[in-house]
Amino acid sequence: MTSTIEAPRSPYSRSTKKSGVNWEKWGWIYMRVSGVVLVVLIFGHLFVNLMIGEGVSALNFAFVAGKLTNPFWMVWDIIMLWLALIHGGNGMRTLVNDYATSRISRGILKVAILVSVVSLIVLGTLVVFTFDPCPAGAPANLVASFCTSL
Amino acid sequence: MPQTAGTLDSQQKTTSRRPAGTLYRGNTGMWSWVLHRITGVAIFFFLLVHILDTALVRVSPEAYNAVIAQYQTPIMGLGEVALVGAIVFHAFNGLRIILIDFWNAKYQRVLFYVVIGLWVVTMLAFVPRHLINVFSH
Repeated sequence: MTSTIEAPRSPYSRSTKKSGVNWEKWGWIYMRVSGVVLVVLIFGHLFVNLMIGEGVSALNFAFVAGKLTNPFWMVWDIIMLWLALIHGGNGMRTLVNDYATSRISRGILKVAILVSVVSLIVLGTLVVFTFDPCPAGAPANLVASFCTSL
Repeated sequence: MPQTAGTLDSQQKTTSRRPAGTLYRGNTGMWSWVLHRITGVAIFFFLLVHILDTALVRVSPEAYNAVIAQYQTPIMGLGEVALVGAIVFHAFNGLRIILIDFWNAKYQRVLFYVVIGLWVVTMLAFVPRHLINVFSH
């Protein structure tokens, strides 16, 4: 019976495939690039929603209507939605890889993360693009002032 | 017992207070990493809820306002302080990680104290104003 014993301290090969995209590397880069952008987007979001005027006390449907009819804030919110969910989902994937000990629990948790992230990206994107600031039959005191002049 | 460089045995190497070759074992390097993970998970779960509550603008103004009114209560106002605290730490420490990775890891400790300092300054700007908004309505 013969067997091959590798030389001590020889570097182990991580996988059999030598070519192809290094997804972990691009994930690592994504966390840093999206992180920098998210600092700007989320600090801006928090400043406008919680600091200006009466902050959280001023938030209501009419406030959101004012933002989601402005192309600047629509683009801002869409980019923030996509970047943050993918950043958070990838971060949660890292934690699952670190702390979930069985192959089955890792699989279930990562599918759950993927389903949450994809469905919320779809939901959030649809909400921004199909938003109606002046829904028919809504009380005038609950909608933005520009609804009455239409 | 006197020691000179290069004579540490493997036991001493793995239990020394300032291990060589890693930022993330022990002291500021480790605790910033722990906090980064905890704040990251907390922010992720808030993000899931926050997208769902914002999606209520697509249901009706009444439904959205009913849920947003919950965010304006004193208890949730304190929760928002915790949320913003977590976000601000995660943001500044994330920038610290980028500086460690792309600039110079030897400043990681002083950068951690810069993160804490910026966090304190940011929270001093936010918390009083936010609590006035929450408790005066």
